[in-house]
Amino acid sequence: MTVPSPVNATNQSSAVLPGQGGWTGSLSDKFWRNPKLLLILMLTPPALWLGIIYLGSLFALLAQSFFSIDEFSGMVQYELTLKTYGELFRPANLDIIIRTVSMAAIVTVGAACVAFPIAYFAARYARGKWKALFYIGVMLPLWSSYLVKIYAWKLILAKEGILNWIFAKLHLTWLLEAWLAIPIIGGYSLSVSYTGTFLVFLYVWLPFMVLPVQAALERVPGSYLEASGDLGATPSQTFRHVIFPLALPGIVAGSIFTFSLTLGDYIIPQIIGSSRLFIGQAVYAQQGTAGNIPLAAAFTVVPIVIMGFYLWGAKRMGAFDAI
Amino acid sequence: MRSDGKTRAPFTLKAAAGLGLAFMHLPIALIFVYAFTTEDKSYQWPPPGFTLKWLEVTWNRPDVWDALKLSLQTATISTLIAMVLGTLCAAAVSRTKFFGRETISLLVILPIALPGIITGIALRSAFSIADIPFSIWTIILGHATFCVVVVYNNAVARFRRTSGSLVEASMDLGANSFQTFRHVILPNIGTALLAGGMLAFALSFDEVIVTTFTAGQQSTLPIWMLEELVRPRQRPVTNVVAMVVVLVTILPILAAYYLTRDGDQVAGSGK
Repeated sequence: MTVPSPVNATNQSSAVLPGQGGWTGSLSDKFWRNPKLLLILMLTPPALWLGIIYLGSLFALLAQSFFSIDEFSGMVQYELTLKTYGELFRPANLDIIIRTVSMAAIVTVGAACVAFPIAYFAARYARGKWKALFYIGVMLPLWSSYLVKIYAWKLILAKEGILNWIFAKLHLTWLLEAWLAIPIIGGYSLSVSYTGTFLVFLYVWLPFMVLPVQAALERVPGSYLEASGDLGATPSQTFRHVIFPLALPGIVAGSIFTFSLTLGDYIIPQIIGSSRLFIGQAVYAQQGTAGNIPLAAAFTVVPIVIMGFYLWGAKRMGAFDAI
Repeated sequence: MRSDGKTRAPFTLKAAAGLGLAFMHLPIALIFVYAFTTEDKSYQWPPPGFTLKWLEVTWNRPDVWDALKLSLQTATISTLIAMVLGTLCAAAVSRTKFFGRETISLLVILPIALPGIITGIALRSAFSIADIPFSIWTIILGHATFCVVVVYNNAVARFRRTSGSLVEASMDLGANSFQTFRHVILPNIGTALLAGGMLAFALSFDEVIVTTFTAGQQSTLPIWMLEELVRPRQRPVTNVVAMVVVLVTILPILAAYYLTRDGDQVAGSGK
């Protein structure tokens, strides 16, 4: 089969530039005549990589959640069943899910409260040099090493560490002890309590909240706030009725990160916290020491489903424009 | 129009923003103090004294060097793969509208949007199904997958700002596709690619969650650190390694910021 060469094509209509020499030239002419060819050539490598390596393994994993494990032999039985999903509703496993989701929710609310003033100041008052400083100030912790950040908190929360030292210097050790005496959130020391876990989660995911909230606040025109004030609103009314609703898509966008990242993390609760498991740790334990891949796979479906609903709700609130 | 020039931030807002920033930075600053402490049994504060001894001890540790070498190799190769795949994807998505365009962007973002543990365990079970033994390449396979999105984000943002008529002008003047790519497109997106590559490098260099599943018995620097975190054996060496890791990741981030600061606002968005 012969392909009409570009040279022949130009001979037929002189209004078109002559075809270009060399294999690069003719290839380039082909791309120009047939843009789809170039598109397919460009898309194939990334689509193959992500489709085979990533989606392939993901589906292989999800498929395994429909298998079950034989309780006596410990071997995986390759028959389709929903038994493994039933196991998720055992009280012990349900506890893990509830514990993780509540922690994710509290971390998200905490991150929104701490991030808002930073984002608001950066969006509305910081100019020039200060703006760049705030930007880098959020970017550096975002990108610094995750493990080093956790390590830093191990240093801070240790019994002989800086936080206990500060409380002692301020003669407030009684306050810390009273806090640790509270059931559930307290514990033997900060580094083995839920309070400690919460602080580390809050610290590590905070930059993910600041950035989208700041992006949403940048888009609020200053004149809205002036108009609100001119119409007699107090600053707190302006906040409640003007600033907060306009910033909400940004907060929801940030909460996607804080919520999802907390749901899937297994290193933070393992290093700072009580010995009670989170979803991530349960997955890790099931696939590793227990060798129960089906249950591990079923556990990974939980965050996927929760995030699916979360993203669907967030999309309806217009959060994706704020990312 | 804004009239921000006159307004001043209320004191409480300034204080809250300042405290928030301090909360984000003081823990990292603490790492630098602990790297020089003379205490080697506990995390005692304030440090009883300061010494440079641990720098030397760490320098002479072969296991730290091996871990560092593996991390640098993995990060370099993953970054190169991610740069090629991310740029191709960004060029395709931003130049043309085609069926399934949204799906492609979703596919790129998915490895970072879903919790890392899912990517990790999925890859691990796929390796065991396909009987692939663990090696540096299994680590790279995972890293490159989630690094693509960083390069893609940076490149897409830059493509959006680059006018399509530049390419048409180049073609009109007789350049072929390759010449156009070399002399028009590449200089335009070069800094964005470099910035994306640096961020991908920082991301890969630091990654631990996916790596624990794809590394087998090898240890990258983050895995070495994780072992020390779970069972602290050599606190002073860990302190020094932590400081080095902070320095190694901060430099590419600052460089990426300077490369993209003119209005891109992309460095880091959607880590």
